[in-house]
Amino acid sequence: MRVLNREVMPLKTSSDVVMARQKVRLWAVDLKFSLVDQTKLVTAASELARNALDHGKGGSMTIESLSNGSKSGLRLFFEDQGPGIPDIEQALKDGFTTGSGMGLGLGGSKRLVNEFSIESEVGKGTRISVIRWK
Amino acid sequence: MDRIPVLRMGSLLLITIQVDMHDKLALQLQDDVTERISEWGATGVLIDISSLEIVDSFIGRMLANIAAMSRVLGADTVVVGMQPAVAITLVELGMSLPGVRTALSVEAGMELLYGAATRADDAST
Repeated sequence: MRVLNREVMPLKTSSDVVMARQKVRLWAVDLKFSLVDQTKLVTAASELARNALDHGKGGSMTIESLSNGSKSGLRLFFEDQGPGIPDIEQALKDGFTTGSGMGLGLGGSKRLVNEFSIESEVGKGTRISVIRWK
Repeated sequence: MDRIPVLRMGSLLLITIQVDMHDKLALQLQDDVTERISEWGATGVLIDISSLEIVDSFIGRMLANIAAMSRVLGADTVVVGMQPAVAITLVELGMSLPGVRTALSVEAGMELLYGAATRADDAST
């Protein structure tokens, strides 16, 4: 798997969440993702960027375009230095929330991508990586 | 501050969301709609989301909140014009917007709201 391009952007304010959505949309259009796939990826990015902001007290998003043989895809990393997630399995369940949301952020965005991984350490922060292949 | 305009047409409120909303703008809209309903005595709220390229759980929750708050204040809400890709994504995300009435077009939404108003008039006479 090769990384063709990479860009990092901050997630410090709710306008950054809007910028993150727009950036993911641009990259997905460049890779000629279908409209439904674009919409799924942008929606997942919106959920995860908001999580990093609301629960992780801000962080960053890294976007990478990937090539794996004949396949192309987009990978997104969301990193924060927030309180971390003590019980990841519970956090992935629909309806679980510590904030004011619906509790669909993590579990829901997992369903919108092809690959999803999460590393978190209590007191240190959280790093979530998602990939959607074309 | 940025605001999404809330227009008045007879007893209805019309809202067309044409920008990629940040979260504060969505919350502001929620407040504005409830205030306008009570100020103008509106009986219906039509929200056109045909320009929205995504609806995530936050915006979904805002739509559900507006519908619930309007109902408590005596007004019906219809959300119209959702793009098919947005509908597919929203359901996969786990949100099917229970409690929010939807219609394909502004015309169909208007019919729903006027129909509801007429039925209410019939019942009261």
